[in-house]
Amino acid sequence: MEPMVFPYPILTYITFIPLIGVIAVLLLKRESVGAIRWTAALFSFVPFVLSIYLVWYYFSAMGTGMLFNIHSQTQGFVFDFAKPLAWFPQVKIHYQMGADGLSVPMLFLTGLLSFISIIASFGIKERVKEYFAWFLLLEVGMMGTFSALDFFLFYIFWEIMLVPMYFLIGIWGGPRREYAAIKFFLYTLFGSVFMLVAILALYFAAGSLDMLELIRQNVSYAHTFQMWVFAAFFIAFAIKVPVWPFHTWLPDAHVEAPTAVSVILAGILLKMGTYGMLRVCLPMFPQAAIAYSIPIALLGLIGIIYGALVSMAQTDLKKLVAYSSVSHMGYCMLGIAALTPMAISGCLFQMFSHGVITGALFLLVGVIYDRAHTREIAAFGGLGVKLPVYTGLFTLFAMASLGLPALSGFVSEFLVFVGAYNSAFVSRWIVLVAVLGVVLTAAYILRMIQKIFLGQFNTRWDNLTEINGREIFTLAPLGALTILVGVYPEILNVFLRGTVDNLVKMIIP
Amino acid sequence: MNVLLILPQIFLFTWAVVVLVWDFVPRGKSRRGLAYFSLLGLVIAGVMTIVIPRGEAFSGAYLSDDYGRLFNLIFLASAFLTILASVDFAEIRFNYRGEFYGLLLMATTGMMFLSGANELLTLYVSLELATIPLYVMAAYMKRDLKSTEAGLKYLIIGGASSAILLFGISLLYGLSGTTYLSNIRGGDLGAGNMNTGLIFAEVMLIAGFGFKLAAAPFHMWAPDVYEGAPTPVTAYLSVASKAAGLVAFVRIFFNPLAITSADWVTILEIVAVLAMVIGNFVALAQTNIKRMLAYSSIAQIGYVFVALSAVNGYSIVGMMIFLMAYLFANIGAFMVAIGFSNMTGSDQIDDYAGMIRRNPMVTVMMAIFMLSLIGIPPTAGFLGKYWLFAAAVKEHIYWLVVVAILMSVVSLFYYANIVRKMFFHENPDESKIYYGPALGIGIFASGVAVILICLAPSIFYDWASQAARVFFPQF
Repeated sequence: MEPMVFPYPILTYITFIPLIGVIAVLLLKRESVGAIRWTAALFSFVPFVLSIYLVWYYFSAMGTGMLFNIHSQTQGFVFDFAKPLAWFPQVKIHYQMGADGLSVPMLFLTGLLSFISIIASFGIKERVKEYFAWFLLLEVGMMGTFSALDFFLFYIFWEIMLVPMYFLIGIWGGPRREYAAIKFFLYTLFGSVFMLVAILALYFAAGSLDMLELIRQNVSYAHTFQMWVFAAFFIAFAIKVPVWPFHTWLPDAHVEAPTAVSVILAGILLKMGTYGMLRVCLPMFPQAAIAYSIPIALLGLIGIIYGALVSMAQTDLKKLVAYSSVSHMGYCMLGIAALTPMAISGCLFQMFSHGVITGALFLLVGVIYDRAHTREIAAFGGLGVKLPVYTGLFTLFAMASLGLPALSGFVSEFLVFVGAYNSAFVSRWIVLVAVLGVVLTAAYILRMIQKIFLGQFNTRWDNLTEINGREIFTLAPLGALTILVGVYPEILNVFLRGTVDNLVKMIIP
Repeated sequence: MNVLLILPQIFLFTWAVVVLVWDFVPRGKSRRGLAYFSLLGLVIAGVMTIVIPRGEAFSGAYLSDDYGRLFNLIFLASAFLTILASVDFAEIRFNYRGEFYGLLLMATTGMMFLSGANELLTLYVSLELATIPLYVMAAYMKRDLKSTEAGLKYLIIGGASSAILLFGISLLYGLSGTTYLSNIRGGDLGAGNMNTGLIFAEVMLIAGFGFKLAAAPFHMWAPDVYEGAPTPVTAYLSVASKAAGLVAFVRIFFNPLAITSADWVTILEIVAVLAMVIGNFVALAQTNIKRMLAYSSIAQIGYVFVALSAVNGYSIVGMMIFLMAYLFANIGAFMVAIGFSNMTGSDQIDDYAGMIRRNPMVTVMMAIFMLSLIGIPPTAGFLGKYWLFAAAVKEHIYWLVVVAILMSVVSLFYYANIVRKMFFHENPDESKIYYGPALGIGIFASGVAVILICLAPSIFYDWASQAARVFFPQF
């Protein structure tokens, strides 16, 4: 069977158009701030449009029925090139990009959030040129990580993300930015070097760096080998997610990072971890995935409960949202551990909807911080009277975050719980305790809404202005997606179904 | 007998003598012309190195093979960059400028002999030819107390380590009855029987080379010498001189002594761990950029030893690619430091604050060099470490790789510290820092090379694997 190929190498374009943007921004004069902003917006808008085209193309490819042909060796994938391009042929390193049901939604989300974040960054005043150059470089790394199908390439993109993120936090961040930046860099580098060793071990064991080829050979790896290599990859990905106890970089990075960077961190970078687990850990090392199922579920459970409890104790709005990410990503881990199609779909749903919702919440926190210059929850009160539109938007996303039905957060949590409850590998009591997380989430979210928007209006905020048009423009698509996926989950599920079934079949034949 | 094979060395030596003599022709004080003349000589020697045939000369005492050739190109490239780095520095700091370039060419000639030396005495004499000019160069700023101290320290330690090396060589000769490496039969030496004499010889050789390489625990001289010596000399010492130690070390240990590897890999592993741990942790505490780079270069040699203790084809590939990466990144970083101290007179890391405003291009290049030294893609340093670790993973020496990984993470702290200062911090003084054309070209070319080696790796891998096939024909 011939693999399916895009009419033109669209993933390569999506990945490298922002790189052209980096060069374009660097060529502009430092003083021409407006030109720099719009250039950056343009070079993130084009990949966004292409990612919509990608979604459409993938959808129509599924319609042909060719994509999930059981005789095909490359089920579910559409590639940039019919044959991997020789890049470093002596050691079997090739250039190949491809997308399947795991990556298509993520690529779309990356395109959307990058564009939105760049628009949201128009308020950046200092060192504008550098800021947008780093931002576009970050987009290159993200798009590349989701598209690369060769481990060498994957690793390069994975690492390329670190550097711009380090600078974005370290230069434009809050008061403790340098600490947060180096902490982020150290944690992630620590994880990724383990991944490097795992990649090398895999290369010497299987003689290939082609990820699909390595998946195809998954039955041939010895059990202990699987256990070790899985663990090495898992550490790298778990730090990114972040799974408790590797999460401590996250609150620092989130709180110190400028708004748009927090959006990208929460919306995309955390998903890299779960994406890596689904792309690499599960299909490549099925025996280890089954063996590690309970520990991963426990880590997920601890994340859910711990994250929610810590969120409750926060007085800083941004920190609250940051810790809620730890809790929400715990659901993803539970879904991954459960190894049922429903739970894994739930994990993917959660990746998508957490990206949208938390991205939006960080934008909203940024909106209020820009005006009030504080994020102390206790400092506000009764803002609902003064800022009705802002309050409405905030409440929408907060409700989505706590898992209100008809919003996207609910779908993912529901799928994860039901999928994990029916799993053969995860004990039911873990799921039952995890459901408590929903109650805790409701508690801290409602308390936050109450303290900020309800109650006595604090006259200190008489001069607070309502959310402006540009800010609404950045939030509107996210709100639409939240409602759309919540009301009609099939719109996302249609992309996931085939790939997820396929994935589960690889683990439990 | 095939004298043609050492043509590049003969040529370069002659060129060095011409430079020395020409220096006596009275002109103004500037010797820029001589610097560019020396560069021309290096380029011609490089072309010769590429075109001369493979073979052996002087009844097997000198080999011209892919391994030596690649090392020769590394020596020539580092000399080339060092001269580019020296042009402005010499104008400011040196009294006798022409000699400097002559000495540099002579040291390079010695190293180029060393790369092909296949006989113990040839090897020893070449090593001396390579080091003795460096003693002089380390003490070149003779009114500067630190430079004088550096020269003296280097001379004493260098002499002592040569003696240790010579002791090892004579033991090896006593055991095998020959000084020709190709005639030494590892099996006859009693490999695997814990032959005390052999192990003693190996320890002596490792210690002798360890001093030359500044690998811990033989590194004590390095920080003082690196700090005191004129910065271009430090750059050259930290790259070319280390490569010279490695070329000879591998020639002896991977060829006749490879069969006895069970005896000595443990020693290499210990050296690797010590070098990485001491180098990295002490580098953390440094405030002077030269000292920081000195300690980090101790750590960098540790990574090479991780691969060498695996004793396979990937060890050579890793060492070669790593050295190419290290050559450009390290000399590049030194060039940035040289330009900075030419303008400000400071080597303090704190003074690099706000560098991004003072010279954005150079700052970005420095960030690339630092990323390469940490080993983050898309830079050459990543590819170097990739192959170094690959060698050890292939032999399942995972514990050593894990140590190397942890130490790479530690190295992030101090390399990123410079980046942090340059990009994150403000400096009240925002005056431009001007880099002259020689430095500018050198820095830019190094930066491009660092990226290129990672993104177009095939050609470099081909060279490295040809070098590896000298020792592992099946590789």
